[in-house]
Amino acid sequence: MADTKAKPGLLLDIRNLRIEATVYPPGEAPKTITLVHDVSLTLEKGKVLGLIGESGAGKSTIGLSSMGYGRGGVRITGGEVILNGRDILKGGKEGFRKLRGREVCYVAQSAAAAFNPAHRLMDQVVEASLLHGTATRAEAEKRAVALFKKLSLPNPETIGERFPHQVSGGQLQRVMTAMALCSEPDLIVFDEPTTALDVTTQIDVLAAIKDAIRDTHVAALYITHDLAVVAQVSDEIMVLRHGRLVEWGGTRQIIKEPRQEYTNALVSVHEIEHREQQPGTTPMLSVKNVTAAYGGSHVKVLKNVSVDIFPGQTLAVVGESGSGKSTLARAITGLLPPEQGSVVFDGRTLGNKLSDRPKEDLRQLQMIYQMADVAMNPRQTVGTIIGRPLEFYFGMKGRERDKRVAELLDEIEMGKGFVDRYPAELSGGQKQRVCIARSLAAKPKLIICDEVTSALDPLVANGILKLLLNLQQVEKVAYLFITHDLATVKSIADSIAVMYRGEVVRYGSKSKVLTPPFDAYTDLLLSSVPEMEIGWLEKAIAGRRMESAGN
Amino acid sequence: MSSPIVKLVAQRIALGILLLLAVSVLIFAGTQILPGDVAQAILGQSATPESLANLREQLGLNQPAYIRYFHWLGGVLTGDLGTAMSSGQDIATSIRERLWNTLFLAFWAAIVAIPLAITLGLIAVRYRNGWVDKLISGVALASTSFPEFFIGYLLVFYFAVEHQWFPAISTVYEGMSLGERLQAIALPAAALTLVVLAHMMRMTRAAILNVMQSAYVETAELKGLSGFAVIRKHAFPNAIAPIINVVMLNLAYLVVGVVVVEVIFVYPGMGQYLVDHVTKRDVPVVQAVGLIFAAVYITLNIIADIGAIVANPRLRHPK
Repeated sequence: MADTKAKPGLLLDIRNLRIEATVYPPGEAPKTITLVHDVSLTLEKGKVLGLIGESGAGKSTIGLSSMGYGRGGVRITGGEVILNGRDILKGGKEGFRKLRGREVCYVAQSAAAAFNPAHRLMDQVVEASLLHGTATRAEAEKRAVALFKKLSLPNPETIGERFPHQVSGGQLQRVMTAMALCSEPDLIVFDEPTTALDVTTQIDVLAAIKDAIRDTHVAALYITHDLAVVAQVSDEIMVLRHGRLVEWGGTRQIIKEPRQEYTNALVSVHEIEHREQQPGTTPMLSVKNVTAAYGGSHVKVLKNVSVDIFPGQTLAVVGESGSGKSTLARAITGLLPPEQGSVVFDGRTLGNKLSDRPKEDLRQLQMIYQMADVAMNPRQTVGTIIGRPLEFYFGMKGRERDKRVAELLDEIEMGKGFVDRYPAELSGGQKQRVCIARSLAAKPKLIICDEVTSALDPLVANGILKLLLNLQQVEKVAYLFITHDLATVKSIADSIAVMYRGEVVRYGSKSKVLTPPFDAYTDLLLSSVPEMEIGWLEKAIAGRRMESAGN
Repeated sequence: MSSPIVKLVAQRIALGILLLLAVSVLIFAGTQILPGDVAQAILGQSATPESLANLREQLGLNQPAYIRYFHWLGGVLTGDLGTAMSSGQDIATSIRERLWNTLFLAFWAAIVAIPLAITLGLIAVRYRNGWVDKLISGVALASTSFPEFFIGYLLVFYFAVEHQWFPAISTVYEGMSLGERLQAIALPAAALTLVVLAHMMRMTRAAILNVMQSAYVETAELKGLSGFAVIRKHAFPNAIAPIINVVMLNLAYLVVGVVVVEVIFVYPGMGQYLVDHVTKRDVPVVQAVGLIFAAVYITLNIIADIGAIVANPRLRHPK
């Protein structure tokens, strides 16, 4: 702490950073909470530091502090942020404005939301360079086109003329990286840049980002919750939890020899033992040659899809976004009547439309969604939410219903104390548990789980998967498990259907589907799942047989 | 222009025409439901059953209502709005000048009010929740809360009686120069501006604030743009659709809702004309003015719809 002078080669030196925010809990006096507790870090020029941790760990908050930015009333209340030898926190508003977009640039998680829909891409890419006067328009555009090329975007000369909605998500993420690089900053903050992408697209974007960092010698803070991803791009990794430093070390040390228990838990997160069950003789639900489209469109979202689900077993449906996974769920539940084909449940054909199905059929098929918080009425208590299907399907009332609600809360490993809570008072994992309890309340034979763990932190998601497996043992319920995450599939499935552009390209028992020889798409999907291994990215890119669909 | 826009715009226009037809039916039906008819109104106290029957025969009132409706509609479509009962003058001729006067007043009120409201809205967002924002919102709200006749008389008292800068009565006649006309309508235009200002300003503020939550606004801030540049370049273009809507709604009010202000300032516009003839129970005039007001309303709302469609880059530049 003695020398305030920066060491040569040191770009960013954050010392004892403390970040606070004021929260307004309902019915209580506002209180100040500390989000980041005295965290220090240093970053040399041209190096990449990975910040990793679950949500609420303070990773983004720390990342944004290097630009003097606090999201939604977050305040930096202590410590120093020394960038290029000066404490930026002393520079005031004007000082922040000068360094943002010039010395430090930011790449957001969802480029689709982070680009202004009203302006052409090129205008947005060169905006910061023009604003800070680091280049003329012609120079900046030339640089942008060169960057588009480097990031292997299609039509680099003309892609800048497009509007954000005319470009795919993976491409937008690369354009955003080009936007950050265009003003030739010293530091880029990557905030979960590949989290919102499909695995097959993620690998391309990751490779593009890695090359761009290497070739431009820019330093980077790479924020993510996925250790396998960060292991591919960083020189060092810092593990954070609840706004405190857990462990900081070289990438190899963190993933091979973690010293802290929490880091170890992150490293081994996906290892759930699940013994595959053999398919029975008669399926409980059969999807037979279903073809479906939205709004009478010519584009068929499902093309002649047939799958079977056996009692008490799990069928995992995998594929990237737009492959028709969720549409399959909608066709099964009757939300989207198929144009051709049928859904057979317990030996009888179900009505195509939701309104043609009796209440009993509705009860047998329940759904759990990705976004637990929007799937619940925010003005109802947990007790009301879980009690509703009990009233609706079984006519339970009063004490009988309350008793059953308590049992269900027990099953999802949440105590009685939660009955009177509102969804807003629960964590992400708890919300998803309540949704699970609500679907179980109907005593269904099949629960459709649509990306139920995608929005959760790895450790929390792991807990949910274990819970679902336990519940399957107890309740003998079958799952149709929709996901894009192959690690999840390995942990939970008995059989797997791989979907690609509305078709089932591979289908069978888990062991059969995951044993070579693979078809081209399954191979791409499997080889795109990041592995916790240094150098995996280069190997995977070199060994690929087909381009991903988002490219 | 690309096909989805053309299709959407054509749909809106067709819908507008349909709506106008429906309104014309309503206006016609409404005036039929009223007790008494034109013949009774003309003859008044001196009506005998025989003279009434004669006049009805003469005016074609014995024909079924739907035939009279189509007759009226046909006249309207060819520019013949009928004759006023009270004066016997051709309605179309008397309306032409008055409509022009009303549009003139509305135009100048709009020229002042719309940019002012939007600028104030932008400023309010820039200094949101600070004293500037509260001052703008407070003053604008106060000016809207006062009824327009009160504002009108206040303006007359201050600017016409105390200081005699502007005339209290806005007489306009043929042969006036533009400058003279503008001076004549200064006070009613000011009154109208004050009435519509707050609504537009507050909606602009709300629409932009809504957009300020977006991730792309954060992106702009993280590029180092100043507060006002973020609002102007990144928030405003995405808030344009709701703003156009509220602007058009207020424009329609400027044309249709000026009745009270025109009466206060004795301005020879449509509002005055309407009020005069309502008191005289001159049904053909009321019908004609009602139809014109409806047409203005519908046209402006179609423009708002089209504006919102055109402002959407997803429709302007399809994939």
